Amino acid sequence: MAKGKAVATRPSGGGTDAPAGGFVQLLTPDGEHVGSVTTADGTTYSVDFTDEEYRGLYRDLVTVRRLDAEATALQRQGELGLWASLLGQEAAQVGSGRALRTQDMAFPTYREHGVLYCRGIDPIMPFGLFRGVDQGGWDANEHKFNSYTIVIGSQTLHATGYAMGVTMDGKTGSPDGEAVIAYFGDGATSQGEVNEAFVWAGVFNAPMVFFCQNNQYAISEPLERQTRIPLYRRALGYGFPGIRIDGNDVLASYAVTRAALDNARNGQGPTLIEAYTYRMGAHTSSDDPTRYRIASEVESWKAKDPISRVRAFLTKQQLADEDFFGEVDENARKLALDLRERVLAMPDPQPVTMFDHVYPNGSPDLDEQRKAFTEYHASFEGSGH
Amino acid sequence: MAETITLGKSLNHGLRRALENDSKVVIMGEDVGKLGGVFRITDGLQKDFGEDRVIDTPLAEAGIVGTAVGLAIRGYRPVCEIQFDGFVFPAYNQIVAQVAKMFYRSKGKVRVPIVIRIPFGGGIGAVEHHSESPEAYFAHTPGLKVVTCSNPADAYTMIQQAIASDDPVVFFEPKRRYWEKGEVDLDAPLSGAYPLHSARVARPGSDATLLAYGPMVRVALDAAAAAAEDGRSLEVIDLRTLSPVDYPVIFESVKRTGRAVVVHEAPGSGGLGGELAARISEECFYSLEAPVLRVTGYDIPYPAARSEEEYLPDLDRLLDAVDRSFGW
Repeated sequence: MAKGKAVATRPSGGGTDAPAGGFVQLLTPDGEHVGSVTTADGTTYSVDFTDEEYRGLYRDLVTVRRLDAEATALQRQGELGLWASLLGQEAAQVGSGRALRTQDMAFPTYREHGVLYCRGIDPIMPFGLFRGVDQGGWDANEHKFNSYTIVIGSQTLHATGYAMGVTMDGKTGSPDGEAVIAYFGDGATSQGEVNEAFVWAGVFNAPMVFFCQNNQYAISEPLERQTRIPLYRRALGYGFPGIRIDGNDVLASYAVTRAALDNARNGQGPTLIEAYTYRMGAHTSSDDPTRYRIASEVESWKAKDPISRVRAFLTKQQLADEDFFGEVDENARKLALDLRERVLAMPDPQPVTMFDHVYPNGSPDLDEQRKAFTEYHASFEGSGH
Repeated sequence: MAETITLGKSLNHGLRRALENDSKVVIMGEDVGKLGGVFRITDGLQKDFGEDRVIDTPLAEAGIVGTAVGLAIRGYRPVCEIQFDGFVFPAYNQIVAQVAKMFYRSKGKVRVPIVIRIPFGGGIGAVEHHSESPEAYFAHTPGLKVVTCSNPADAYTMIQQAIASDDPVVFFEPKRRYWEKGEVDLDAPLSGAYPLHSARVARPGSDATLLAYGPMVRVALDAAAAAAEDGRSLEVIDLRTLSPVDYPVIFESVKRTGRAVVVHEAPGSGGLGGELAARISEECFYSLEAPVLRVTGYDIPYPAARSEEEYLPDLDRLLDAVDRSFGW
């Protein structure tokens, strides 16, 4: 459990330039920990974690990858209808997920299983959706984690409206304030609704962070089909800061997201974070990425793996040993096994429940249909059908 | 105390009362603040309730409804104004894919009590996109309730009931009736008011049933008055609620009269009239003296203003249909 303090000092104004190298990076692929990074606008980013917190981040990363692998296996075995893997995006999700404070609200797409895990939510929660027993079925407010949203980009407007509500409730302007984070991908940045969300967030100074995981592909379409400029630079046109981070660096993800959320809760408005990462797997279990990208590209990103760099860092700094790494793997394996067993034990819904929860106040016409459905099925009883 | 006011003013009073009664009610839309809306339905509300309660939004309909969803998740009760019927389509995705499905998606754990107000229908000599009747798109969408008012008294209570309801409601306002006056009891309590999702017999009769809603109720009442001079007693039902339709009231009437004519401005094919005709034939088959007839707009894009009188169902077309029903 990383609860480390992130430090960011911003002199004034909001610049949009990434440092040399193209993004904020605090942990190199070789596991070198850069003490701090100062961006062109003068903002300095760093983290101040205890040894235990560094180990906690490693544990998070390994666990969410292991659970994700279990889900992919479950799909291949016919136990899930679909799975949207987060493979390769663990650092972006764990870093930003751990940067959220208890009172903050997250609006995910359908791939933020890592953020969900870091919110302290039982990882089985979205499996009803992917197994096909329900459409999600959780309480956004109870978990401070909205329903998975499948139509690309629509949740960014929900997040913006929610953030306007935070302001209207007087919950900004102090370190105890609330902030909102909206997740989306590179493909979503082409959606009108996402651009409307940018407009609204800017105009209403909404206390929120737009967290774009640029994983380079919208199913098969590469980034060049979505944009002519780096995505983080779009923010300037909407009147708030944009910043690009190494999306495979959990420390950068944590530090920059924590700073942006704190700016938001303090009343300084929205920030766009572009987490530059790579979707190592397929778009979903229904996709075949070999049709549109070459193996050497995937290989080059393997060298930037989000987990191996943390392991290298922990080893070099002698913060962890083989016993620790083995224990983390074993623990993740047990969690995955437990998840598997509980997914397999999920009961199929009673068909008549498909008529439930269409309207809070119900509908007499729908009641008639439910009744007819029940009677129709009852008419087969004892007939061998 | 009953006052004689226009339908538009009555909506304004209803919105004002909703804002007074529940601090979570917010109004949002284009030009709803200082201007009071292009039809002045929100006139004076921002002045009295502030810019946080009556929000002039950026010019983006998907944004209006999409942010309303987020506000609703946060516990607010947003009332969105879509400026004209033909401008709702940029918001269609949010309404159909999000507003309508959030309660279902969350297994009843997340409510989005949003009202989407849409001035609809023709007859005001407007340019393209300002005279349409898109109600069938929404009535076809499970998860949405769809209602429309036809007179000032109903406008006053129905808008308050829609806002108080936890169901998402698409609220169609008959824009060409905004200036028609009627008696409204502004002090009447909401509890005990005629239920939102009930049709009403607007004029009792015994020989045939006219089914109308929104701006066409006035036409149907005029037709019934004219038919009475010819000795025909027409019953007029104001549907009021288009999703769900209040079928028991309709079936009772048609079983009694044996004839039904449905009227709406929207194009006929795939419209509500067809659905009503099908349901009536299923439930009232042995009582029918003639097929259910429809008097609707034609299956064309809404025509240019100088042709709209020929497009819109009017008293003569309605009476012609009644004649055909009796001639069967």
